[in-house]
Parts: sequence; C-alpha cells; structure tokens
Amino acid sequence: MAQMTTTPPITAFPAPTPSEAPVNKPRRGRRSVAASIGLHATMIVASLIAIGPIAWVLLSSFKPGYAVQSSELTLVKDPTLANYEYVLFDTNFPIWFLNSVLVAALTMLFGIFFSATTGYALSRFNFPGRRSLMMVFLVTQMFPVAILIVPIYTIMANLGLINTLPSLVIAYLTIAVPFCAWMLKGYFDSIPNSLDEAASLDGCGPFRTFWTVILPLARPAIAVTGFYTFLTAWGEVAYASAFIQDDKKFTLAYGMRQFVPQFNPQWEYLTAAAILVTIPAGIVFLFAQKHLVSGLTAGGTKG
Amino acid sequence: MSTVTADPAPGRVGLPTKLRQSWDKNWSAWAMVLPVVLVLAILIFYPLINGFWISFTNQTEANQLAEICTKSITGGEVCKENPNAWSFVGLDNYANVLTGKVGEFWMWTANTLVWTVVGVAFHYGLGLGLAVMINRKMRFRGLYRVLLVLPWAVPAFVSAFAWKFLFNERFGVINSMLGWVGVDPVAWFDSRWTSMFTAVVTNVWLGVPFMMVALLGGMQSISDELYEAAEIDGATPWQRFRNITLPGLRPVSMTVILLGTIWTFNMFPIIFLVTEGQPAGQTEILVTGAFRAAFEGIRNYSLASTYGVLILSILLIFSVFYRRVLRKQGEVW
Repeated sequence: MAQMTTTPPITAFPAPTPSEAPVNKPRRGRRSVAASIGLHATMIVASLIAIGPIAWVLLSSFKPGYAVQSSELTLVKDPTLANYEYVLFDTNFPIWFLNSVLVAALTMLFGIFFSATTGYALSRFNFPGRRSLMMVFLVTQMFPVAILIVPIYTIMANLGLINTLPSLVIAYLTIAVPFCAWMLKGYFDSIPNSLDEAASLDGCGPFRTFWTVILPLARPAIAVTGFYTFLTAWGEVAYASAFIQDDKKFTLAYGMRQFVPQFNPQWEYLTAAAILVTIPAGIVFLFAQKHLVSGLTAGGTKG
Repeated sequence: MSTVTADPAPGRVGLPTKLRQSWDKNWSAWAMVLPVVLVLAILIFYPLINGFWISFTNQTEANQLAEICTKSITGGEVCKENPNAWSFVGLDNYANVLTGKVGEFWMWTANTLVWTVVGVAFHYGLGLGLAVMINRKMRFRGLYRVLLVLPWAVPAFVSAFAWKFLFNERFGVINSMLGWVGVDPVAWFDSRWTSMFTAVVTNVWLGVPFMMVALLGGMQSISDELYEAAEIDGATPWQRFRNITLPGLRPVSMTVILLGTIWTFNMFPIIFLVTEGQPAGQTEILVTGAFRAAFEGIRNYSLASTYGVLILSILLIFSVFYRRVLRKQGEVW
C-alpha cells in the first residue's frame, strides 16, 4: 500500500508514442511455410467468424421478406431495397436515428471530459479518498442495470427529466465514466511525471498542465474513451425503454423493438434496421481502431 | 524533554489545520473528481442504499403510497392513510428468494455461474490466442486486426438479434449449414443447454475483441530485450510464451479477467433477447430472471432490490476473494 504514491513507476519503455506503439519485434527466425499457412488459415477463419453474422444480416437485408424466412440458403435472392425504403420512409426511424446521434454524441463529449479529469486526478494526485474512489468505480460496475432502473427512474422523475434525452445522457455517463476513468488513469500513469513538473515550473497550474500538456499526449486513450462512451450510449436498451415514453423521442435501440411484435417478428425490416444502426458505430470504430491497441490500458500499468 | 515545541508526529496537528493543509494541497484534485463523484453518489449510491432498505420491506408498485389522495367535489384534496401501505418485513424477501418460494434463485445462480465461467474462459482463451498470433509480423496484419475487432463495434442488441436470426430453427443459417453435413435441424431454443449454448456463443463472439485488444496492448509493452535474451539462450517459442509473455501480461490479465467476470455476470441483453429464458425460464441468469420476476406484471420494487443486493454481494465476495489471492502472490493493484 505504501508504494501507492503520486509518482507512477517510470517504466523502461517510453510510453506515449503519439501513434501506435512500436511493434519492431525482432525477426525471431523465419517461419516455415507450413507455419505461415497455418497462421493465415487461422486468421482467415477467425475473421470470417467475426464478420460472418453481420455479413449474413447485410445480405439478408437486401432480400424480400419471403426469401429472408426461407430455409433455402442463398446469398442473393431477388435483391431489393424495399426493406430499407420501408424503414427509412415509413417509420419514425430517421427521428430515432437523430435522437440516438444526439444522445451518443453528448455522452461521448461529457464522457471524455469527466473521465479525463477524473483519470488525471487519480493518476497524479495522492489526495485522501483516492483509493476508495478507485474501489467505488469497480463496485459501480457490479450493480446490475436492470435492478437500478426503478430507483433511477424515481430520481429522474423527481428532477423532471423523464421523457427527455438528457436523462439518458446522464444515465449512460454513470455506466461509462467509471470504466473510462479507470482506463485513462492507467494511460496517464504511463506519461512521465517529469512533464507535469516541467509545466509547473513554467508556471502552469494543475488545470492548464492537464489541458495543454497531458491531454494532447493521451490522444490514443481519448480515442478509445470516445469509442467506448459512444458505443455505450448507442446500444443501450434498458434505460431507454424505461425513461422515454414518447414515440418521437425514442432512441434507435428501443425504437427498433417496434419491429418485433410479440408473435411475428418482421425479420426483413429488422435486418435492414440492424445494418443502418451498425453503420454509425462502424464509422466511429474506424476512426478509433488504430488507437485501440495502444490506448486501451486496462490495468496495463500498475499504480 | 520538557520543551513544548510542535510535535512532529502528524497525528497531533489539530484537525482544522490538517484539513486546511489537505485542502490547499488537494483542492484541484478534488475539483477534478467532484462532478463524477456527485453524479455517482446521486445515481448509483443513493439507489444502492435505498434499495438495501427497500429489500427489507414489501414495497411494490401497488402499495408504495403511504397516503391515498382523492379529489373532493369542492376541488380540494382529501388524503387518508393507505390501508394496504407497504411495511417493514425483515428478512422475508431474502427467505422467499433463497428458499425458492419466489423465482428460481438456485437454478438462475447455477446458470449464471456456467454462463460466466464458460464465457470468461473463452473470452480470455480466444483473446489471448488471437493476440499472440496477431502480434507476429505477417502480411495483412492490419486487415485481420480490423476484422477481428469489428464485433466490438456492433451494439449488443444488434448482435443479439443477428445471432437469434442465425440460430432460427426454420430459416437460420446454422441449421442450414448443419443440413449440408447431414445433421437434422436443431431446435435450439427447446432445451436448456442448447439454448444456453446459443447465448454463450453470442456472448463469446461479442466479448473476444475487447480481451484481444487489451492483451495485445499488454504484449506490446513487454520489452523486446527479454525476448532477444531468451532467444540467445535458446528458449523455444513455447518457453518464451510461458516464461515471458504470460508473466508480462499478468497485470493486464488480472484486471480484464475481473472486469470480464463482472460484466459477463451482469450481461443483460444477450440472455434477455437471444434465449428470452426459453425453454420455460430454464436459461435465465440472475439479472434477467430477477428482472422478469420483479418487473413483469405489478412492479415489485422490494423483490428487485432483494435480487440486486444478492447479486452485488456475490460479486463483492468474489472480488474481495480474488484480490486476496492476487495479493498473496505479491500482486498489488
């Protein structure tokens, strides 16, 4: 416990290379041809499994309803955009989409801000309450959302926030920020403390040091935080279904349930909607993906 | 000896002074964490404590009001005491849940354990295997990595839907593919373990990328010199993996396994949307079972809280135990 000081252990590797961490592994003997084939075969199979389900849903989304629900296996059958047309023009899907974008974007912005400040404080200052706060963050992950819904609903109702999008933003922040702050703390730990000291000698206060010196260096971790917070908000169903009552204020995740009537799910519309929902998440993913490996420091450094 | 100078022991400094010093030194840190602490206090810890209290009552949607108010003809409100208002019932809720009078606590717990252990084992095993492979130099590495991480970007409810579609008994791809090799279509959701299998597959598919990325990050922070030295000493690839990679990954592994366990334990959407508890509630895990037991029909707040407290206790006991084991092995975090 005594080693939990403010100074993070300065490790041998220079931590925050702005782009991806170097991967100049020494050439450890050439692989045999057989090993190469095996490696690539495994990678290809794994990649197929990874994208297969989504690819299949994508293919199905271009099929008419009867072909979607046929046991005959065809990749393409009477291709049509009718499913997309229906979803985009005959439902409230576009409105839900905008709601989701708004909620996810706000969650992302506030999430990054709060996680970064909290993570920085946890990493740099040995303030009383620091260790317990770290524990608290872990414990918040343990309390099941499904059970929290009702008490949070009551609080939101008392604050007059029920049936508004901010209620969702706030609720999603409680899910995402503890993990992100924890993760960012790990990343800040890997940035040498000497930078802070130098900035402080130049007359920067703690907030300016954080904002102008440390934050720009933490770009990969910020990218991961953005990705994580966006995704949390984008895909959440439980709170959305509890807090929002007005059809015009649904988010995508909840609105899509309208395509699943109790007994006869409209699979063809669901496939099209699923693809449309996945695209924005995919775009955010493409922006974040090259930082994912270097930015995600889940306990990578002790501290 | 008799001089009355300031005592150097920090404990003797007057409390106000100490607070002052602490404030001067730490105010910026506190300012940085304050918003998060406030929001968490209001939205997580207040409900937590409140829930703890409610779990000792019999509060439901129907009896939560202490007074019933009706508009009188004159426009004023007449309130009288609710004869059926909720009351304190002690440990009744816990007794009901644990003896199986309400819900299927023990079956759900068994399901949750299987679900969590199998899920996390596959997440970690596959994540580690893929990370080791993708950490090598090879052609198309960047492409493979993007493809392998892609499932992470798919919202959980979409993956749940996609897999339910694939496992559909009548027109699912998986049954069609089984047909190619001469296996009769399987009615996945008609028996407990095949149904559980579909949910576990979905969850594994969804969770491997996070593990892979976290472990890959951990691997890239292991110094190359260690590998070079091992190679000079003639260590085989297996020995290098066993003696350098695994120990180097320890801190990352410990964290992601703990987080993965907590997340999987409380993973709501997959079971809720993929198996829907079929057949006949036999694949419910604790969170989904509790949700259905407490919120279908008249919302039973006290029951929900009871389950919440039980779930939290299980996870707390697990993590305390887990950390103790780690600490014994010299890992402090």
